Amino acid sequence: MLIDEIKEILAAENLYQPEFSYEDIDITTACGADLMSDVLAFSQEKTLLLTGLVNPQVVRTAEMTDIDLIVFVRGKQPPDDTIKLAKEKEIMLLKCNYSLFHSCGLLYQNGIKPENIIGTG
Amino acid sequence: MKKELLINSKVREGDFKRGGEVSSKLKETLQQLDLDSKIIRKASIIAYELEINIIIHSYGGRLKVKISPEQILIIAEDEGPGIEDIEKALTPGFSTAGNEVRELGFGAGMGLCNVEKFSDEMDIESDPEGTVVRVGIDF
Repeated sequence: MLIDEIKEILAAENLYQPEFSYEDIDITTACGADLMSDVLAFSQEKTLLLTGLVNPQVVRTAEMTDIDLIVFVRGKQPPDDTIKLAKEKEIMLLKCNYSLFHSCGLLYQNGIKPENIIGTG
Repeated sequence: MKKELLINSKVREGDFKRGGEVSSKLKETLQQLDLDSKIIRKASIIAYELEINIIIHSYGGRLKVKISPEQILIIAEDEGPGIEDIEKALTPGFSTAGNEVRELGFGAGMGLCNVEKFSDEMDIESDPEGTVVRVGIDF
C-alpha cells in the first residue's frame, strides 16, 4: 500500500515528509506498539510503525530497524526534539486521531497484514 | 584474526536524551563500509539495546565495536551494579526497570532477549563491579 493511501485511510496529518520521493514505497506490513523492544524484536524492513509513544527514542528505534514511516495515534503531538531527529534521519511522520487499535484495524481491513512473529507463522 | 576498532564511546547513566547516538554512529559507519543491510540491521539493533541497557541499568559504561573479516564484535562494559540473576535477565518479559523507563517504551524485559536473538554468539560476565556483554555477529 502506498503512503498516500495510508494517509487517506487514517485521515492522517503530515508532521514531517522527507524531501525525496515516497511514491514508490510499498508498505505491506505494519507494527502497532508502545514498547520499543517489541518493535526491535519483530519489525521487518519496510514496515510502518503505529505508536502512542512520542519521545525521540521512537525515531531511534525506527532508525535501527529501517522503518520508513511512523504514525502517532490518538492525536498525540510529538515534541520538537522527536521531529528534529526524524528530519535528521529522514523518517516520515504522520499523526492521526484514531486509537492504536482502531488505526491497526482500519489498515488491516484495507489489506495491510501483520508481520510474521515467531510461533504465529 | 585482525580486528579493527570502529567505535569506543562513553555511555552515561540515565542519559536518555542522547540514548541511541552511539548506535546511530555505528550504523552510519557500517553503511559506509558497504556491508550487507541485514548485518547492519542486526548490529544496529544489538548495539541500541545494549546502549539503552547501560543507560537504564548501570552507573555508566562504554560501547565498543570491533570488526574483523569474520565478524562484528560488540562489547558493552559498565561500572555496575551488575546483573543479579543472568538467567532471569534472559527470560522474555523479566525486567527490573522502573516506571520512568517504561514510560519511555523500554524496560519491557525484551532487551537481552533481542540481543541474543540477533547475535551468533553472546557471552555475559557480571558481578557488582560491572557487567561485560560480548556479542558476535558473523559475516
